[in-house]
Amino acid sequence: MNTTSVVRPGSLDEAASALRGLSNAGARVRPAGAGSRAAWGGPDPADTVTVETSGLAEIVAHNPGDFTAVVQAGVPFAALQRHLAREGQWLALDPPDLGGTVGGLVATADSGPARHRYGGVRDLVIGITVVLSDGSVARSGGTVIKNVAGYDLGKLFAGSYGTLGLIAQVALRLHPLPARTATVVGTTGDPRRLAGAVAAMSRRPLEATALDVAWRDDTGRLLVRFGGMTAPARAGDAATLLTELTGATLDVAVALDDEPLWATQLAGQRGPAVVKVSALPTDLPAVVAAAGAGGASVVSRAALGVSWLSFPDGPDLAERVAAARAALAPHATVVLDGADRVADPWPVPSAGVRELTRRVKARFDPTGTFRPGTYVGGI
Amino acid sequence: MEGDGTALTDRLRAVVGPRWLLVDEHDLRTYESDGLLQYHVVPKLAVLPASADEVRACVAACAEAGVPWVARGAGSGLSGGALPVDDGVLIVLSRLNRILEIDLDNGRVCVEPGVTNAAVSAAVAPDFFYPPDPSSQVVCTIGGNVAENSGGAHCFKYGFTTNYVTGLEVVLPDGEVLTIGGKELDTPGYDLLGAFVGSEGTLGVATKIWLRVVPVPETTRTLVAFFDSTRQAGEAVSAIVQAGIVPGAIEMMDATTIRATEEMAHAGYPVGRGAALLVELDGAEAECDAQFTQVMAICVDEGSDDVRVSRDEAERQLFWKTRKAAFPAMGRISPNYFVQDGVVPRTTLPDVLVRIDDLAAEYGLTVANVFHAGDGNLHPLVCYDAAVEGQAALAEELAGRILDACLEAGGSITGEHGVGVDKRKHMAKMFAEDDLAAFQRLRCAFDPAGMANPGKVMPTPRLCGEVPGPYRQHPLEAAGLAERF
Repeated sequence: MNTTSVVRPGSLDEAASALRGLSNAGARVRPAGAGSRAAWGGPDPADTVTVETSGLAEIVAHNPGDFTAVVQAGVPFAALQRHLAREGQWLALDPPDLGGTVGGLVATADSGPARHRYGGVRDLVIGITVVLSDGSVARSGGTVIKNVAGYDLGKLFAGSYGTLGLIAQVALRLHPLPARTATVVGTTGDPRRLAGAVAAMSRRPLEATALDVAWRDDTGRLLVRFGGMTAPARAGDAATLLTELTGATLDVAVALDDEPLWATQLAGQRGPAVVKVSALPTDLPAVVAAAGAGGASVVSRAALGVSWLSFPDGPDLAERVAAARAALAPHATVVLDGADRVADPWPVPSAGVRELTRRVKARFDPTGTFRPGTYVGGI
Repeated sequence: MEGDGTALTDRLRAVVGPRWLLVDEHDLRTYESDGLLQYHVVPKLAVLPASADEVRACVAACAEAGVPWVARGAGSGLSGGALPVDDGVLIVLSRLNRILEIDLDNGRVCVEPGVTNAAVSAAVAPDFFYPPDPSSQVVCTIGGNVAENSGGAHCFKYGFTTNYVTGLEVVLPDGEVLTIGGKELDTPGYDLLGAFVGSEGTLGVATKIWLRVVPVPETTRTLVAFFDSTRQAGEAVSAIVQAGIVPGAIEMMDATTIRATEEMAHAGYPVGRGAALLVELDGAEAECDAQFTQVMAICVDEGSDDVRVSRDEAERQLFWKTRKAAFPAMGRISPNYFVQDGVVPRTTLPDVLVRIDDLAAEYGLTVANVFHAGDGNLHPLVCYDAAVEGQAALAEELAGRILDACLEAGGSITGEHGVGVDKRKHMAKMFAEDDLAAFQRLRCAFDPAGMANPGKVMPTPRLCGEVPGPYRQHPLEAAGLAERF
């Protein structure tokens, strides 16, 4: 490390001139927020310069009447939610938060249970401002929730892990905070029954705010959360429905004070090594089996087919992770926590996708400034 | 031109067969415009491939010949996005109209691009539906919806096409075929899918589309409330949304539109009232009922003395028929009109509507307003008479001034119709040079030779530097119309 290894721009202009200088000097750059997901995407070489966003930490605008906000990347996620809550609103993203920033959330496209109802980062970012390696500051989208003018660079940068440019500012769509919440919980030790319950419930127009599964220590739980004025009543109705649909084979209960249940779900998305699996809802038994073989617990956004396997630590951690990923192939898997403990956290893309990924990277970052070689396909 | 023996013509004929290659001016004229009729260009050739493989072969043939091409679905777009290019090939996808897979256990449907929007919902009925519902849904195709990121009346609650496409098989302009995204969500890597949806046919052509479908809501409640002014109705919209209610749809019509649609739909709407607000709530019965009572109270509080609740599905359909008749009905009160598609932050709606009235008075033209009020998406219809010399130009200028007003309010030049050729000239008002250059970077990654739908979206023609592979002079460059970027 030398004295220039961390840069903290205090404005968009400073970020632009810093990045222009760094790319001209042939530096490698890693954008960073609070470091709450520091291991994700794998390590960078030792001489990499970190560009921190802590000096870009302004909530530029909150328009309660329009349910939108414009926020700089370095704003702590929790601080933003507190700010919005004063007006009864929130950014409907609820990833496990260990002190991360809005920019880090967008760069990793992390998500939580609310994904079921509100979509992910890609669905809630309505505008983005990025700083590219040549120092150009580019904006796409806008501050209105409906807009098809120009290409949607917000989606391209969501989940780009800092490899295309510095995410400096985003415009976000907000939602009303639900007046009340309540959760139905169904418990069983049989993965197929659990999958059957998921299938039956996800075909119903429940308008649930979350539909999750948890599997750990040979016990599975289906959690269906409701929000709104009538949440407790709807949870009660859903409990009756779940009992009916599963022939009373699940233990069914309703929780009105449901925060602890969901905190446990979020905790299940973190660990010494976490593998995120992109599959389909009907793949749930296979996901549970692959996790069980490696001693991992499972949290699944069950109606979406996206799951997180959390592996306990141990000397054979890398082998257990590799075995689970192999068992789940051809489903795409990515190692999040513990990415620095495996050979390649990313799945192998098809030749065509790899080539297009390379071309996108080459156009946006022709100098190879932003985290070269760290992304999918070794791009 | 038939049998002119050029290599490209021969190759395309070999791919699709003589019946599906159009070379005669007479046949080609069918495709000279899309839904925006003031633009027309006759393509050099039109092909109607029958399969993804034939599409790939057509695109590859164009790439090798250095001839640009435009993909077209039903041609119902309203921005000239499917306008052919002179000396180019039009690839018409209407024969790729098969539904390939329906997997309701996983809430997925896989379709070819020529399948109509309405056919997707029909295929998964009665338990599921496909939410994006542009007014043209009976004819418009999913391929076109993907290109335009189509919305519709229900997107305030349900989102847009981009929120429902999970994967695409695409043919890139160099003829390569690849799958981006998939049947599953969250494929790791750049969200190439998110970049492609809404790219208006400039990044390639989709030949297979995986869509998410969702369960039909338990119940739907619909009302129409009449107000003295659009300002009052606009305040009602704000109050509803502020109350934390997310209606399935919330649509407004002004006095001119009420008059025009009533003549056509005969729904018994009170001609002469200032505004009609259609509000539809859907979802779980208990939540819906509670919120519907709230919405009715808000409408009364904000000044409506005439709130009509649909008593049955037939009446609900009548409310919607009236709303969806707005564009065609305008033909009854005006020989010609331009439709605009501006967006404003919802809270600025009342002020922007006043501004539009002022502009209409300044130009001496009638502007009718019908819009998706929940998301601030305005469809001002600028009425004019093409037979009166100079009036079309005046109307077009007024339409541009309306978009300026939308941008001044912090909005967008297009909410769902796309930029196409029609709004290119406004792009530079909304985006700075660095923004446009970033768009061009994306375009060049997908289409370095500029073969797919050239001349659309970007305000001025630009070319890509560092074209991989052998250098070929671009026709625009040869003609001195563009320089290397």
